[in-house]
Amino acid sequence: MKARVVVTLKNGVLDPQGKAIEGALKSLGVEGVESVRQGKVFDVELAGADADAARAQLSAACEKLLANTVIENYKIDL
Amino acid sequence: MKAAVIVFPGSNREGDMARALEQATGKKPAMLWHADHELPAGTDLVVLPGGFSYGDYLRCGAIAGRAAIMDAVRAHAERGGLVLGVCNGFQILCESGLLPGVLMRNANLRFVCKMQHLRVERDDTAFTRRYAKGQVIEACIAHGEGNYEADDATIERLEGEGLVAFRYCDETGVVGGAANPNGSRNDIAGIYSPNRNVLGLMPHPENLIDPLVGGIDGRTLFESLANAA
Repeated sequence: MKARVVVTLKNGVLDPQGKAIEGALKSLGVEGVESVRQGKVFDVELAGADADAARAQLSAACEKLLANTVIENYKIDL
Repeated sequence: MKAAVIVFPGSNREGDMARALEQATGKKPAMLWHADHELPAGTDLVVLPGGFSYGDYLRCGAIAGRAAIMDAVRAHAERGGLVLGVCNGFQILCESGLLPGVLMRNANLRFVCKMQHLRVERDDTAFTRRYAKGQVIEACIAHGEGNYEADDATIERLEGEGLVAFRYCDETGVVGGAANPNGSRNDIAGIYSPNRNVLGLMPHPENLIDPLVGGIDGRTLFESLANAA
């Protein structure tokens, strides 16, 4: 089973990289950009086929390693 | 004082750290590999040196913070044993949960490598007893992710319980403003655990232990530790 985990900074956490990208887009003339927040995407291939089990495994993976829950949220897409 | 230095793939300050420890304690520290499971019997102090463990992949210190040896380091800290994490070592301590908060990308997005002044916040810990409270010391900093952040409740607790170890300041001891090199909350350069047996700091005291390289302000930290146990 393929899964995608998206890790993003929590609201209110300063994201200097996102700010720099936002500035670069503006200087490139890309219009209408109000703000940019940078995150990470993990494409994970799982051995099992059970969606609930996969969700539990990936939650554990996020809590243990993939996300630092002090500053980041995570979202699991199956 | 029996010290052990943990080496991770990508650590690069372990040699400087070993030299500073040997100079202060008269004994070479044990060098441990991250995949080890135990500390040598009788270890008083565990040191996590600077560098770029695992190439800073995922987040700085994230993978090292979950290495096999970290369970032993955690148990050592819970017994009241001393733990020092410098630079990447500080990041590893935060990622492993031994210290609260996180070290984010410097606010100006630049890697900062320079001499920096610090204010010693307290002089009654195993790490700082040879300094004076309020003393302004010099230290080298070299990091891209040293911007200390934590939620408001954590910052309040650190401040309320006197767990801030060092703050960035200018040469006259004035904290903050342009003297803050990375945007850290409350100009925090280093913090203690609640029992003050774990210290994490971004600056490198191990790099100022010899007049040959421009100063010896860092030596005092190791002399404090040498007399702590």
